[in-house]
Amino acid sequence: MKHPGRRRFLAGAGGALALAALPESVFAQAAIDPVVQSVVRGAPVKRGRVKLDLPELADNGNSVPVKIAVESPMTAADHVRAIYLLSERNPERNMATFQLGPRSGRAEIVTRVRLAGSQRVIALAELSDGSYWMDAAEIIVTLSACIDES
Amino acid sequence: MAARIQVPAAAKRGEVIEVRILIQHPMETGYRVDHVGKPVPKNAIRTLTCRYNGVEVFRAAMSPGIAANPYLQFYTVAEASGELEFFWTDDAGTQESARQPIVVSG
Repeated sequence: MKHPGRRRFLAGAGGALALAALPESVFAQAAIDPVVQSVVRGAPVKRGRVKLDLPELADNGNSVPVKIAVESPMTAADHVRAIYLLSERNPERNMATFQLGPRSGRAEIVTRVRLAGSQRVIALAELSDGSYWMDAAEIIVTLSACIDES
Repeated sequence: MAARIQVPAAAKRGEVIEVRILIQHPMETGYRVDHVGKPVPKNAIRTLTCRYNGVEVFRAAMSPGIAANPYLQFYTVAEASGELEFFWTDDAGTQESARQPIVVSG
């Protein structure tokens, strides 16, 4: 989206009617941030199919349990190719990439991540048809994983 | 370093089985200093692959964003008896592997 400010203004000026008339994909596009862009490189990203489970609050950012589940039949024709686990604030934005295939049977991953502070964590799934789906979750980290000399 | 792998000892052919692996590794971020103030170099497991009877079924690219002693849980379809082999490499260039047998019936 080139002119988010203008679009937001137009949506505001047009009122609820104009807002309702906008196709759903416009909202999906608005959700894309630079972290996601670094992976998808301009491809559209849709909300849904992916479910990211993350605690709302973590006392310690050094080890936070994460579960990512993607709705997919996991057949040769229709499966999840990769799952990206992205962080907004970590020094390395792409925390992990998991490559799956029809032999996986189920598109579900459980792991533990390290988080440098309260942030939005994003799970992005790349399907075999080339489409991208995402889910995001906000987390409050009381004691962040040390990225300075503490 | 040691790794602990858990897969069902026996499964039916075609069944989706849960695979869990826990590897003993510090996943150093590179931002820490030791007790004399010397920076601890970044050292994380970067790639982990799982092969089922020689065929790759899962691959993970990791970073220090994964907690120390990385734990991974994923799924695979039980195709035949044999073994699951895991291979991983860290920034220090250490390559390690572990294997776990599986018995598939039917």
